Amino acid sequence: MNAIILSAILGVILMFSGIFVTSKTAIRNIATAGMALLLLVNIAEQGGFHLFNVNTHNMLVFSKFGLLFNSIAFSATLLFFLVSAKDITNVGINAAEYFALIFFISCGIAIVSSFNSLLLLFLGIEIISIPLYILTGSDKRNLKSNEASLKYFLMGSFSTGIMLLGIALVYGAKASFSMEQMHSSINAGRNAWFYAGLLLVLISMLFKVSAAPFHFWTPDVYDGAPTVFTSFMATIVKAGVFIALVRLFDMSFVGSGYDWQLIIAIVTAATLFIGNITAIFQQSVKRMLAYSSIAQAGFMLFGVFSQNDFSREGIILYTLGYSLATIGIFAVLIKMKDYTFEGFNGLARTEPVLAATTTIFLLSLAGIPLTIGFFAKYFMLASAVKSGSHLWLVIFAILCAAISVYYYFRVIQSMYFKTGLAETEPVTPVFRWLLAGMAAAVIILGIFPNLVLQYLYF
Amino acid sequence: MPINLYIFVALALFCIGVIGVLTRRNAIIIFMCIELMLNAVNLLLVAFSKMHLAEMGSAAPALANNGTDAQLFVFFIMVVAAAEVTVGLAIIVMMYRNTHSVDVNFLNRLKN
Repeated sequence: MNAIILSAILGVILMFSGIFVTSKTAIRNIATAGMALLLLVNIAEQGGFHLFNVNTHNMLVFSKFGLLFNSIAFSATLLFFLVSAKDITNVGINAAEYFALIFFISCGIAIVSSFNSLLLLFLGIEIISIPLYILTGSDKRNLKSNEASLKYFLMGSFSTGIMLLGIALVYGAKASFSMEQMHSSINAGRNAWFYAGLLLVLISMLFKVSAAPFHFWTPDVYDGAPTVFTSFMATIVKAGVFIALVRLFDMSFVGSGYDWQLIIAIVTAATLFIGNITAIFQQSVKRMLAYSSIAQAGFMLFGVFSQNDFSREGIILYTLGYSLATIGIFAVLIKMKDYTFEGFNGLARTEPVLAATTTIFLLSLAGIPLTIGFFAKYFMLASAVKSGSHLWLVIFAILCAAISVYYYFRVIQSMYFKTGLAETEPVTPVFRWLLAGMAAAVIILGIFPNLVLQYLYF
Repeated sequence: MPINLYIFVALALFCIGVIGVLTRRNAIIIFMCIELMLNAVNLLLVAFSKMHLAEMGSAAPALANNGTDAQLFVFFIMVVAAAEVTVGLAIIVMMYRNTHSVDVNFLNRLKN
């Protein structure tokens, strides 16, 4: 509860600071301090300290898993602010509003990580989506940004309509929006409505996480949006929707006696295949990262697929590892003048720190041992093996991970083994230190993943 | 009036909305079709709410307020739809200022 209320208040504060504060540096500092405060308050709630006592009538349930996820999402956002706050204020003139929208999205993430009623699921997803439409189009004079925003908006609200029809059908079958009623035997004669409704909700959620048959908007939107916001969308927001999907599955499909694992297995395989194969043919690193985010979503779908302790640990690690690495790569990408692979040629000579940290982040995304990405992938695959069905999926995922090495290493190859003069914007020493710190975190957590996972249990 | 008719009308409206989104090329008409989908869901929720009230109100008086949460949901959908209209029309206007067109066929520059 702390995080939901405080993030909304902080969003409003930042909107007002857009009127009263003229200095962009001051706005950046307010936003970063606000996000740090949000993180602290959420950690306090993990320890049992509640700032607000609101009776939610069991519409929100705050579990250890959800709170830990919030902490990880907020610390990733804090890192994102530290690394790229200057680029956020450079997108347009409304610097404070961008931060305000990001705080509102954080509020949505805190809601979907704790919903216990389909009403709150719907509200949380919409609170995440609507600010994102604005952030995508925030570069108002840029035609690509406009297009991306219109496309995202039309498709996003279309999928919202589908989700609402699903929720309405589930309500028709079960006479309640509460997740606890999903298994009640009430109105067993209307199970067809129930399954149809759940499938529609599932389709719209898969759309939001850009899983395979519904991924077509992703590359265009990620490519067209201002690069800072692509970084935010592809990491924290995507993980937030994944948590909603995991919780939804945990409480509705599991135990319903319905072969949902087959559906998820097919979706996962298609997502992995399309994401990895298409990423190979990209010329622009930004677009390659968009396809790679589809492929990574395929791995995160394992958390939905297996639904056991391993997959819960896996999804926490995956969120952390994927967010750290992708935020880092995007932070470097924003500084590049040329977004194509050729633009990275010879970066190791002009900016050795940037090249070295980017290499570590890419290794983590590819899942090489000693990085957190390895353990994240390991936990995901182990959970699927443990759940015991559809083992072909695990083998297929490993093959796809091997394919992904090709396009990640292409960037490393152009940075270290090709001659050229990679042009970057001037970078400050603080930025280099922050990147180095993130790379160190990727490696340390890759050796001791329990540093994070222990919080799941006490 | 039997409840089935309401459900059929709501589903028909929803399908008209879906077909409109898939076939029309004008951004504003697509947007209207999306609103039609949301309002079809509103109708469906209200119909279900009355249905549950009629079924359960007599059987279990303790559950007599069972139908009302769907009617509350309808208000939430209306609020969210209003928020979407604000953002969506702003995006369409921004698009129009730059291209002087609201045709979604223009949206193909990102493809290459």
